[in-house]
Amino acid sequence: MRDIATSQTILVVGGGVSGMTAALEAAECGKQVLLVEKSPTLGGRTALLYRYFPKLCHPTCGLEINLRRLKGNRNVRVMTMAEVVRVEGRRGDYSVTLRVAPRFVNENCTACGACAEAVGAEIPNPWNYNLNRMKAAYLPHAMAYPQRYVLDASIAGTPDAEKARTACKYGAIDLEMKEQTLTVSAGAVVWATGWKPYDAAKIQPYGYGRYANVITSVEFERLADPHGPTGGRIVRPSDGKEAKNIAFIQCAGSRDENHLRHCSRICCMASLKHTQFVREAYGEAARSTIYYIDIRAIDRFEDFYRKVRADRTVKFVKSKPARIAEDRASGDVVLHGVDTEGYHRYAAQHDLAVLAIGMETAVPLPQDAEVFPAGCAADALDVNRSVQSSTAAALRAIQVVNRAARAES
Amino acid sequence: MKTAAYLCGGCGIAEQLDTARLAAIAEREGKVDLVREHPFLCSAEGVQAIREGIDKDGATHVMLAACSRRAKTEAFYFPDVAVARANLREGVVWIQEKGEAAQEMADDYVRMACAELKRMQVPKAGPDTGKSKRVLVVGGGISGLTAALEAAEAGYEALIVEKEAALGGWAARLHRRIPERAPFKDPAETGVPALVDAVTRNSRIKLQLGTTVAQTAGAPGRFRVTLSNGRTEEVGAIVQASGFSLYDAARLAEFSYGKSPDIVDQAGLEALAKKSIPIRRPSDNKEVKQVVFVQCAGQRDDSGKHLPYCSGHCCATSMKQAMYFKDANPAVDTVVIYTDLRVPGNGEDFYRSAQAKGVTFTKGKVSAVEADGAVKFRDLILDEDTQIKADLVVLATGQVPNSGVNIDNPDEPDANGAKPISILNLEYRQGSDLPRLAHGFSDSHFICFPYETRRTGIYTAGPVRRPMDIAQAVEDATGAALKAIQATENAALGRAAHPRSGDLSFPLVRLDGCTQCKRCTVECPFGAIDEDEKRYPVFNESRCRRCSTCMGACPVRVISFENYSVDSVGAQIKAVGIPDETEEKPRILILACENDAYPALDMAGLQRVKYSAAVRVIPVRCLGSVNQVWVTDALNAGYDGIMLLGCKHGDDYQCHFVRGSALAAERMSKIDDTLKQLALENERVITCEAAITDIARLPRLIDEYAQTIERIGLSPLKGFA
Repeated sequence: MRDIATSQTILVVGGGVSGMTAALEAAECGKQVLLVEKSPTLGGRTALLYRYFPKLCHPTCGLEINLRRLKGNRNVRVMTMAEVVRVEGRRGDYSVTLRVAPRFVNENCTACGACAEAVGAEIPNPWNYNLNRMKAAYLPHAMAYPQRYVLDASIAGTPDAEKARTACKYGAIDLEMKEQTLTVSAGAVVWATGWKPYDAAKIQPYGYGRYANVITSVEFERLADPHGPTGGRIVRPSDGKEAKNIAFIQCAGSRDENHLRHCSRICCMASLKHTQFVREAYGEAARSTIYYIDIRAIDRFEDFYRKVRADRTVKFVKSKPARIAEDRASGDVVLHGVDTEGYHRYAAQHDLAVLAIGMETAVPLPQDAEVFPAGCAADALDVNRSVQSSTAAALRAIQVVNRAARAES
Repeated sequence: MKTAAYLCGGCGIAEQLDTARLAAIAEREGKVDLVREHPFLCSAEGVQAIREGIDKDGATHVMLAACSRRAKTEAFYFPDVAVARANLREGVVWIQEKGEAAQEMADDYVRMACAELKRMQVPKAGPDTGKSKRVLVVGGGISGLTAALEAAEAGYEALIVEKEAALGGWAARLHRRIPERAPFKDPAETGVPALVDAVTRNSRIKLQLGTTVAQTAGAPGRFRVTLSNGRTEEVGAIVQASGFSLYDAARLAEFSYGKSPDIVDQAGLEALAKKSIPIRRPSDNKEVKQVVFVQCAGQRDDSGKHLPYCSGHCCATSMKQAMYFKDANPAVDTVVIYTDLRVPGNGEDFYRSAQAKGVTFTKGKVSAVEADGAVKFRDLILDEDTQIKADLVVLATGQVPNSGVNIDNPDEPDANGAKPISILNLEYRQGSDLPRLAHGFSDSHFICFPYETRRTGIYTAGPVRRPMDIAQAVEDATGAALKAIQATENAALGRAAHPRSGDLSFPLVRLDGCTQCKRCTVECPFGAIDEDEKRYPVFNESRCRRCSTCMGACPVRVISFENYSVDSVGAQIKAVGIPDETEEKPRILILACENDAYPALDMAGLQRVKYSAAVRVIPVRCLGSVNQVWVTDALNAGYDGIMLLGCKHGDDYQCHFVRGSALAAERMSKIDDTLKQLALENERVITCEAAITDIARLPRLIDEYAQTIERIGLSPLKGFA
């Protein structure tokens, strides 16, 4: 496998919007790129968003463009289910160890779906933040690339795996697949491993995990999505009741010495956007309340903030709620705190509380080798700025391989 | 031309369809030279069979009747031949029950693909693409210096044109900058001298100081730039880093700027800090003891008089400036009056540091600053009107982009009331500068594609694009440098830039048929087409993004692409077998945007969502490429209805070619006249906005439309064709 990459290859780690951008921008400059992604599909977290702020357009629209760029460009080689174990070496000469998990499905797969029909076992669906379950033979989502099913490792060796194999007419199920470890060369490494939501259960006073009707902003995004676990119905987890009166709590885990020191940048805008999902669903009956310290709608995002402020269904309370309680009888959440504009104490009842959850680096940068961080691996960034960051990272990588090429010639 | 057709039987195709009948259609009606069936075409053996058809049998044109053109692209990769794909899987067997209706659908898709195939050619790169790989950087501030240096570090030559006599821009006038590295506690050195030094010593970078751009002509790979000093330079791409001007604080009468030397803007404070630390106030040269920072001065303004946006950096800048005082003398009272403190990311640590140093932050809204330094404001926490007396007041005014002339309104002054001066002086049919997005900034409208300006090969970077601080400007300029380099590489190979990256086709025009109507030159969303002295269009293919909006606009149909033309789509429309009026089988033509509507339909197939068998779908590059003749031809041929599915247009447009779907909507608003002339109902042609997520909605829309057609009855034009 060493021959798939040389010192002229740019290795991009992570296949979300940042990694895809870095890979494609470099490839469209004529460079050879190896793009490795840990999960079975490209697209990353943006593929799990219903809409982007401030345009309320659909993330998969840009994903489709990027996938088309990828399909037409032979300079990029994609490896999914591949995780970087070790990066060694220095600029111009890296040796990278990859661990490739078995997919149990080979390139014969046509995505016909017969295996999923045959398999009985179900597993939590990570593409819906585990809010529902899916078959253990699955296509992650409708935009998944490669468009190839996955057999979850949990059914390996069970009768279900055999059922899947028998159901496939194309010889695509390969139960002999094993985890592989391989080493590749690279001239430059772009680290675009993205972010993960801060563990909301650690914010003890907010009761995430204890109260069913306290959820995170990323989960709310799935609820609003017509292709999500509720078919786009904004309902609360405890009883399926329509959630019309919703509290959006800013800085859940962010700007907090006990949790994340930094401001996660996207959460204010995400909650402003979420109020519009509620409005879209329930019209004038919608009641959104944003509990905030500062609304950070910088540059022209201010236009969107102004629009939301003008929406009568949205209320702003300058306060970091002290704690959340549950009203047992109704299942409602009760927020306790002080409105600092005038110092009023409140105990506010809502159908649902959505924690605008902070952004945490998903994977630390390698210890022993210098890489170019891109997107949320570099900083807490929104999509636009992640693309900016990863385009810049692509150039930094090109500089290294071009220098190496000049030195060789 | 030698044609070959390969019909796949996999994924239910052979179970649900009579593939022998499809093969017969390809052979007899499609007149394909070589027809082969395969049970599993995307398998190694299937692909091998196709490869042999090309290599041994000499097929130059290959039709694949299998899955969608979006599926199995790795297996079906034959760049050396023209390929047309009939979508029998997502388009037929996955959305239909077995039966004659499905079979007729498949029959038609095979006919259509055969028809398209013969009108396609493998695109060959344009003949007249420039080879210059040099990057022109307009502006020698941090953004411009960074863009030039980063391009040079990658091995490319750069030329910086700076209107001032010295490099460095705004940043050179700063005492210190906001820190960009851990621990984010103290103001940092600006780094400007080192950057200027690196640029000056780099042999790949040439400088033209005290110079502006007098004229820019040409296209990526071959821009000819004339400078104000008379020199002419050839460059391949341009980074416009023309920066910003500070919003004029004198426009804020209530803040008394100009009435007292002790009321300054943030730039004024930097000048004071450069002069002396501790900072002394201008009026009497005494050390400042009480300073107040007024945030959002003339920004985030709802009145319509000042800047409506937030400039992003000013909160952190005021913190930094408060530290100038506190670091020198902790006894100085520093108060920042703000409504929302905006220091995202690690700016939070800088905020903490300011608090630790004793800077006071007061949530309030300033209503007036008196000439004697009294700052009157509403304290939003205590909910009362109050005031502080300061011996120095700093107004945090915003960034006004230096974006040149508003090409839609060339005499419009900028936010400071200044007469616009063109930055690039483009010799383009559509105006001298880059199109703007909002508030005078030349940003892209695309969240996923921030660099996509509407002038190929010209990228903006830094605060001219959107308000930003130095750290972001450095990232932005580095990214813009990549895009500039990429534009030169694309131009040299005759390849399209984003979003049809790599497309080698380019507009071919039959000038002898052109009536000089100028629609193409006016409507091209990317300003790619100029006019010659006889007012004929001049296509600059390396500026072209291949959206084919010009093709859609052309009333005499003289514009085409090698693999996409009025004829290649028209022939598909005509290839469909239209049942006669006695058969009671409606036919609905769908022209669907290939980026959003078509994928949505594909995914509907993937999820086995059923919809009407009356439709025949043709993907188009953009709804803007839809030529009216397709619509009239389809109506005349006896189609009962036509649906155009394109992206959202208007303020939050989603069209990747910016204007395509808006232009289509405009053109189609005039279709009623055509329908009237043909004595047809208005419902015969409809335009719908569709998003890529409309996986469930589009099938519903289609079925509703099919019902509408059933209600108004079959087209009276059937049988006259």
